[in-house]
Amino acid sequence: MLDSVSEILRLQSAGEASAVEIASAALDRIETADGTINAFTHLNRELTLAAAADVDRRRSAGETLGPLAGVPVAVKDVLCTHDMPTTCSSKMLHNFHPPYDSGVVEKLRAADAVIVGKTNMDEFAMGASTENSAFGVTKNPWDTTRIPGGSSGGAAACVAASMVPISLGTDTGGSIRQPAAMCGVTGLKPTYGRVSRYGLIAFASSLDQVGPIGWSVQDIAPLMETIAGHDKRDSTSLNLDVGSYVDAIKGTDLTGIKIGMLRESMEAEGVDPTIKEAVKEAAKVFEKAGAELIDINLPHSEYWVPTYYVIAPSEASSNLSRYDGAHYGHRAADIETGAELGPLVTTYCRSRDEGFGAEVKRRIMLGTYALSEGYADDYYNKALKVRRLIKSDFDAAFSQVDLLLGPVTPTAAFPLGSKVDDPIQMYLCDLFTTGANLAGIPALSLPAGKDADGLPIAIQLQAPALEESRLLFAGSVFQLVTDHHTDRPNTERPDTTKGVQS
Amino acid sequence: MSDGYPTKTVIGLEVHVQLKTQTKLFCGCSTEFGAEPNTQVCPVCLGLPGALPVMNEAAIDLSVKAGLAIDCSIPPMTKWDRKQYFYPDLPKGYQISQFDLPICADGFIEIDDPASPGQIRKLGIIRAHLEEDAGKSMHDEAAGKGDTKIDLNRCGTPLLEIVSQPDMRSSDEAKAYLNELKLRMTHLGISDCEMQEGSLRVDANVNLHIDVDGKNVATPIVEVKNMNSFRAVERAIQYEIDRQYDIWEETGKTIKDEAKTTRGWDDESGKTFLQREKEESADYRYFPDPDLLPIRLPRDRVESIRASLGEMPAQIRQRLQGQYGIKPYDADVIVNQGVAMITYFETAATKSDDGKRTSSFIQQDVMRLMNERSISIEDYPVAAESLGDLLGRVAKGELDNGRARDVLAHMIDKGVSVDDAIKDLGIESVDNNEIEDLCRELLAANPAVVQDYKDGKKQAVGSLIGQAKKKNANANPQVVRQTLIQLIEQE
Ligand SMILES: [Zn+2]
Repeated sequence: MLDSVSEILRLQSAGEASAVEIASAALDRIETADGTINAFTHLNRELTLAAAADVDRRRSAGETLGPLAGVPVAVKDVLCTHDMPTTCSSKMLHNFHPPYDSGVVEKLRAADAVIVGKTNMDEFAMGASTENSAFGVTKNPWDTTRIPGGSSGGAAACVAASMVPISLGTDTGGSIRQPAAMCGVTGLKPTYGRVSRYGLIAFASSLDQVGPIGWSVQDIAPLMETIAGHDKRDSTSLNLDVGSYVDAIKGTDLTGIKIGMLRESMEAEGVDPTIKEAVKEAAKVFEKAGAELIDINLPHSEYWVPTYYVIAPSEASSNLSRYDGAHYGHRAADIETGAELGPLVTTYCRSRDEGFGAEVKRRIMLGTYALSEGYADDYYNKALKVRRLIKSDFDAAFSQVDLLLGPVTPTAAFPLGSKVDDPIQMYLCDLFTTGANLAGIPALSLPAGKDADGLPIAIQLQAPALEESRLLFAGSVFQLVTDHHTDRPNTERPDTTKGVQS
Repeated sequence: MSDGYPTKTVIGLEVHVQLKTQTKLFCGCSTEFGAEPNTQVCPVCLGLPGALPVMNEAAIDLSVKAGLAIDCSIPPMTKWDRKQYFYPDLPKGYQISQFDLPICADGFIEIDDPASPGQIRKLGIIRAHLEEDAGKSMHDEAAGKGDTKIDLNRCGTPLLEIVSQPDMRSSDEAKAYLNELKLRMTHLGISDCEMQEGSLRVDANVNLHIDVDGKNVATPIVEVKNMNSFRAVERAIQYEIDRQYDIWEETGKTIKDEAKTTRGWDDESGKTFLQREKEESADYRYFPDPDLLPIRLPRDRVESIRASLGEMPAQIRQRLQGQYGIKPYDADVIVNQGVAMITYFETAATKSDDGKRTSSFIQQDVMRLMNERSISIEDYPVAAESLGDLLGRVAKGELDNGRARDVLAHMIDKGVSVDDAIKDLGIESVDNNEIEDLCRELLAANPAVVQDYKDGKKQAVGSLIGQAKKKNANANPQVVRQTLIQLIEQE
């Protein structure tokens, strides 16, 4: 019942279930399953039921309701909510209550969605496994000894565990697509500027983008339609018409669509063969639906990860300097006035040392170094130049094709703890996803089967800027003829079948 | 340093001008001065997580206007950069500023050379860039607690930082530069330029180039801060000139031996004091602010701002000289007082139809009272029309300058009109026959004066003018003098 947006809408309009009943079911499901999964950092039963009751009241009063009326939605804990804490899964913001809603949360409320809670994530969205959360790891509903992906691990896992049908994540270098892939759900990273960043707590401002997660394209299209559009409070938000994504996904024919097969991705080392196979299988599906396949190469693909890991930490080092213990958030206690560096500097150092986790500190240091005098030309400024080359690669590719097809991740979900001590291995999870962020283009992760261990694997479609409609349409066609997105994990099974990895 | 080596003073000024916008640079908060602490703030200027800056177009227009007023070029594209440092009054941990593409570049200001009046000195301006102000830290050192309170009202207020070339050679030139800059900024409504309220702040970079037997030796550069008036800037620079020479004589340290230091100005003791030993090579890690788009300034936008500038101070000086027949110096004094004074003068001079007399009355009587009461011309108690009315009567000979001063004083005291003041003081114009009678009487009573005059001591009649005033206060001294001379010479 909680798997499909259209079903939830139908149940209500047919009078078969009320919004309160649906919200209660979601809350009950969360209560049962989240003890194991830990997808949520914050839940508020009263607020959720009150919002649902309001939808029911207005429905019975004959009022026109929004497109997501009574649909339970989970929101990544990086998006400000005026009535719930917003922590970024960091000790630094464990006590932070924003006085305002983010732009996308405003839009959710205006669409009459019922926000059930905030989801767990890698601290400040930095990570690929949701293991960097100050509030515990989130587990993969398909195999709870494994990571759900990250940084929007909670947002993907809560859908995969059928707690809510849809959720909002954010994607800076793959943080929607990679957990969606690992949790066997569908996730969209929109064009940079398509969705407001107002109230999205910044990790890397030039890369961050909010996007939808759900079981299928059918489910995320109405959510994307709700959150997209101009917001004058975000200067990088595009002031352009959005159109209807719900209408855009009608149809089954891909004739006239040229799909580029990403040669570098398919030839890359360390990629699970079942994933390469899934991409090839998907290509056949698209071809059968009328699309034309063309080999495409993006010559600078090998620089995506290094470029990303200079630009993102550089911006992060700046964005996170506001967390100094002086105005809000965590402040170190008992700073002796006689401290060696003086009380002010000591407060800064101790508050930041205590408030931030290891990965956040690592990236702040990386970024600070990359922007430092004498190094900025070799790192930050050079990365900006390479970013332009990467963007030109995509421009050239899209002059030949309408979409690009490739993998999302090199492997399926890996065991908890297996990469925490190896940041480079962890960063390589972003091998295929950072390009879209650096180029600012939209990209879609679609479930595409299982690996040898029965874990979800996925394919990625990428489109030119602002072509979300094309992307969602192709994704929808894929899901009409495949059933990977209808597979459900057996979340009732005990989580010890494979043994917990140390 | 009076008997020392020939020395050239090198001064460069960094002036922060607060732009007169209704709202802050990146949010809708008010910029009004003097509100209760932390009442003019919002998530954006508080730097709360998730809040984003949105540029205030009015600040861009004012900056372009300012740039054009100091003959800068305005590039077609400019951008925002983050300047990063930690301080409690900087809630984001960075200041949004402009690094390598300032909104205005390469301008100049011309001043009248204080050392040789009539000569023009052209002082270069390197750049002017726009940035947001930080908040204010108020340190309370009482009882050894060392508490600091932060007021973030000012945070995000638009500032234009105008950086001059090191072209000034004396504190007089620095003052003239500041006067002219302030004049243009206030005249065009770009800024209030109130140093007391912080809407104009000046940092001065000073050092000396000493000519030691044909070899140029430069002293270490000192940046002086915390000056709260133009007078203070002047004094601080003068103090630095002397201090740096003395230190150089004492230690021989040159610019090669010591990095730039920062010194504060203490107005009370009239001295600068060391604030920061070495300018730690501060690394602000500038990079383009990804939350803001670059600013495009198309030619037509710049040109329409240029067209709206109107008359600049230099043109007004010229015009006042031609239109009211006043001297360059007098036009300079009036124009330098700002827009309100120019309007006051023009209104009064038009009414009196005597520009010269109006100019001298304003410079002496009006400005003296303004100084005494520390008021601006807006608060001067006599309206320009009334002063013009009064001076018009002097021009027509109805009363003399001295009596006019009495009338003006009475008008200020009692707040009455020109007519009422004249009536109150019993001033009436005296008939010429009456004056002739008075003069005959005085000459008859003072034969010695007549004799002195005839012996060539023409100033002897002066004593009789005084007596005439005593007998009839309304007697015009000029007329009395002429009548006395006429009568003596007729004998
Ligand atoms: Zn504000």
